[in-house]
Amino acid sequence: MSRKKISQWTQQLVFVGPTTIFFVLIVLIPFLLGIYYSMTNWNGVSRSLEFVGLRNYAHIFTSDPDFRNAFWFTVRFTVVAVVLTNLLGFFLAYFLMKPLKSKNVLRTVFFMPNMIGGLLLGFIWQFIFVRGFAAIGEATGLSFFNLPWLGNEPTAFWGIVIVFVWQYAGYLMVIYIASLGNVSKDVLESAQIDGASRSQTLWKIIVPLVMPAVTVCLFLAISWSFKMFDLNLALTNGGPFNATRSVALDIYREAFTNSRLGLGTAKAVIFFVIVAIITALQVRATKSREVEA
Amino acid sequence: MEQDSRYRVKTLIVEILLILIGLLFLVPFYFLLANSVKTFGEILSDAAALPSSIQWANYKAGWEAIDFPSALRNSLIVTVFSNLLLVLFSSMTAYQMVRHDSVFNRVLFGLFVAAMVIPFQSIMLPLMDVTSRAGFSDSLWGLILCYLGFGAPLSVFLFHGSMKSIPLEIEQAARVDGSGTYGVFFRIVYPMMRPMYVTIIILNTLWIWNDYLLPSLILTSENLQTIPIATFMLFGQYTKQWDLALPALVLGIAPVIIFFLAMQKYIVSGIAAGAVKG
Repeated sequence: MSRKKISQWTQQLVFVGPTTIFFVLIVLIPFLLGIYYSMTNWNGVSRSLEFVGLRNYAHIFTSDPDFRNAFWFTVRFTVVAVVLTNLLGFFLAYFLMKPLKSKNVLRTVFFMPNMIGGLLLGFIWQFIFVRGFAAIGEATGLSFFNLPWLGNEPTAFWGIVIVFVWQYAGYLMVIYIASLGNVSKDVLESAQIDGASRSQTLWKIIVPLVMPAVTVCLFLAISWSFKMFDLNLALTNGGPFNATRSVALDIYREAFTNSRLGLGTAKAVIFFVIVAIITALQVRATKSREVEA
Repeated sequence: MEQDSRYRVKTLIVEILLILIGLLFLVPFYFLLANSVKTFGEILSDAAALPSSIQWANYKAGWEAIDFPSALRNSLIVTVFSNLLLVLFSSMTAYQMVRHDSVFNRVLFGLFVAAMVIPFQSIMLPLMDVTSRAGFSDSLWGLILCYLGFGAPLSVFLFHGSMKSIPLEIEQAARVDGSGTYGVFFRIVYPMMRPMYVTIIILNTLWIWNDYLLPSLILTSENLQTIPIATFMLFGQYTKQWDLALPALVLGIAPVIIFFLAMQKYIVSGIAAGAVKG
């Protein structure tokens, strides 16, 4: 080998080696092992694994109400949470483009919640729902606050939605602000001259022009809500009676509460397939609706 | 998009409305702070009222309950070193991939992009098996190396996207002046990429600092607990003991809020940039 060849190899090794080694070790190998473990009766303790073929998958699809419930909860939650966070994020951004005096302070306030991790937020809001809402209810008599918050299925569901929207709307707002800032004044002025109303300008001109940001924000919101774990764990822990148990939490419980790691990995593989399909569909659907100014 | 810069009645109405929403956004912080200095009885009797007297002792108890100095130190070590390794190695990898378009590099890049879709829960169970065999268990370094592996795909992807725009001519000029590859990378590429480094550090910091699940699987010793783990353990031990839990929560969120208020400009622009690129 010539000296040049050797130095090229060293360079490849130095520049690409470290990330590759740890990516393979931490992501690729566990991912492939997971496919194998999902076809065994792995329980995490005994070293002898028995190959069971597709039995775990058959079990999940035919006789696992927990997984089915978790799946439907996650789907319902994702739909509601994605729509609400994006609507709020977009409209906060839209109105913050106006020449408001409190603009900068408001941006800070709306953005701040998502600096805090889901786990701590979950505990903070647990207190607010259980103690805080009760106190407001007592003082005002408003029935909304006197509901048994987190105590039954609907309030637990909407409780998680409220915290989620509160946490992430500001993040999406920042992305929408960046995108709205790129909409050119000329386009808006010519629309005004052509006699477009405010709502026409918003829906027919601004929204199509910020479609790339919509793609990104939908993508982010779907990914956060579909994979939700920390907030779920801290706020409701899946309760009451497993009514708000997300798929991610169900995988965790199957593995660590029931010690059925083989079954848990099979659920994890299914979870991956669903996430991959949703991501592909969603990127494709929104990409086709983007327009150029 | 700022159409008209005149301040009109309509603008005032929007302003008032947004300020009200802003106050609504702050209510949780009010509940958290006000109740963190109340006695337990007062919290139970009226959580909405202002505290009648300030119980600083709550903070002393909360501080000790989560062993705050130790949790803060562990969180800092993990976040700082994971970030350093991630940006250093990911930017080098992205650079090599952009400048040496070999089959291997192309396949590897494809794998990185595909891996960004993988949810953590999908690999966490076998990962525990792998990390315990590799000797990563119960060590901050083991955890940091996990973050390097798990964070590399997104970081490489973001660096890759922006490095494509560096003109080759600048690098060639530096080479003519006698710089080697390493010199070109650290003296030319790195300074030009600085905004991207900031973006990626911010995205990774928010993720790593707040992460609960991965550290909870890797770390078992009490003296290695990060802030999220220490908080979770506290809630496991003392359910509903709010006069202890609330000050602990305030301490837990304080570092990240201070970081945010100090670095706000970079964080907001970093997130916007990261989203556009991603």
